Amino acid sequence: MVEMLIEASAIDVSFAGRQVLKHGEARVGSGEIVTLIGPNGAGKTTLARVMLGLLKADKGEVRRRADLRIGYMPQRLNIDPALPINVNRFLSLGLSRADIGHGLRHGVLKETGVDHVVESPIQKISGGEMQRVLLARALLRKPDLLVLDEPVQGVDIGGQAELYALIRKIRDNRGCGVLMVSHDLHMVMAATDHVICLNQHVCCAGHPETVSRHPEFVALFGASVAAELSIYHHDHDHQHDVHGNVITAHEHVHEHDSEHDHG
Amino acid sequence: MDDFLIRALLAGCAVAIVAGPLGAFVVWRRMAYFGATLSHASLLGIALGLLLGVETMLGVLAVCVVVALLMGLRHPALKADLLSEDTVLGILAHGTLALGLVAVAFLGDVRFDLNAYLFGDILAVTQNDLIGLYGGGIVVAIVLAIIWRPLLSATVDEELAIVEGVPVYAHRLVFMLVLAGVVALAMKVVGILLVTSLLIIPAASARELSTTPEQMAGLAAVAGCLSVAGGLWASATYDTPSGPSIVVAALVLFIVSRLVRRST
Repeated sequence: MVEMLIEASAIDVSFAGRQVLKHGEARVGSGEIVTLIGPNGAGKTTLARVMLGLLKADKGEVRRRADLRIGYMPQRLNIDPALPINVNRFLSLGLSRADIGHGLRHGVLKETGVDHVVESPIQKISGGEMQRVLLARALLRKPDLLVLDEPVQGVDIGGQAELYALIRKIRDNRGCGVLMVSHDLHMVMAATDHVICLNQHVCCAGHPETVSRHPEFVALFGASVAAELSIYHHDHDHQHDVHGNVITAHEHVHEHDSEHDHG
Repeated sequence: MDDFLIRALLAGCAVAIVAGPLGAFVVWRRMAYFGATLSHASLLGIALGLLLGVETMLGVLAVCVVVALLMGLRHPALKADLLSEDTVLGILAHGTLALGLVAVAFLGDVRFDLNAYLFGDILAVTQNDLIGLYGGGIVVAIVLAIIWRPLLSATVDEELAIVEGVPVYAHRLVFMLVLAGVVALAMKVVGILLVTSLLIIPAASARELSTTPEQMAGLAAVAGCLSVAGGLWASATYDTPSGPSIVVAALVLFIVSRLVRRST
């Protein structure tokens, strides 16, 4: 039985009267990689931010395991150039004073491949290096849960595969849970145990392969992408009516409200 | 050297030593306009102090604390406010300045040297003022030392700090209150119109020479003290107004630091 780390249920969020997320839900167990996918504006980052406690939901509940340690890797960081700070100091800031000297550090720097930039000013490193530095800072906290918002942003294609492989390795070695936000499908699908496809509500969720066959997923990302992702030829086990409501029951599908449109 | 010059130097350095590190945070957090708002609001504090017959520095402290609370407590609800922080600061800065000028008119025949408050009167610092300045300076330094690490963490990235369990809003509020205290202290030295300059210019001069936050804070304090010494020297030699002379000296140091950067 997988230990539940964090669980968000029935999350509603609106900005200035416009609802951006309705009935959002996600749960991450230890050792599990869960990915939130969906187009821009689908509410992926919003749901992750609610779970991190950075955003207050209008409705819904987030439950965390007691004493949950979270390592967070934000989408990007803009540090004012007026602040003189090198990578090494930046990494230390995430730790309590007592933890700064512990032996974990060397290993984490090697693992994430940032040991060569520790003396550089943080504003001078490349986008790809910054992503790895952020990952290192998250890991140094010995997290139970890693939350990664678009972890491969600004990283070239070769580096992306490498970074996803690293994330999987981190999960394998440490057994921590991982919650990832991504809009890029191919590599994420391969690196994930559980996919939640969002488009202002949960479209579909489940094993990557199941999701890639889901009609709403196909509608959202296009048939060619879906076909590329799904390995087997298959028949849909349910259909949608004109409002996107599911006609035949499916274990991973949640109830839909007819006001949503899946354009 | 005359006694009053020594007292002025000691007073100026007390303020410069705490204004340096605080000014570094003002620069990193882009809060220059907040500093300016505090200094504008100070005139209202002076007027209230004179009207109520209490020490003007206490009046300034009270008004600055109110402004700091208004801005510091506003932040978590920012999402709901349609006006930007910039706009709200502008309203507070000029609203309080105008209120202060109007309040001054009510003072009637009380002898009131507006210039001394606007541009400082460091040469008139007394023994008691010095005790107040050093006492206040020590309190500010202690509070800043306590919140240094979490404040730095929140300055690098607020959201990362929140996720990592730093109470960033509480620290931000404490920082604003400390800043209010420093503005009240610095008023004596350079006057309310030039207070922000003592926060920002030495810190900006220190940037180019620093590789760590602490180094920049320390160098800013040194640059501030040099500015005070230079300004007082010029003031004594050329009979120029002391407050503005200190700021001009800070400006010269800043320009030198830029030239040093160009040449390396």
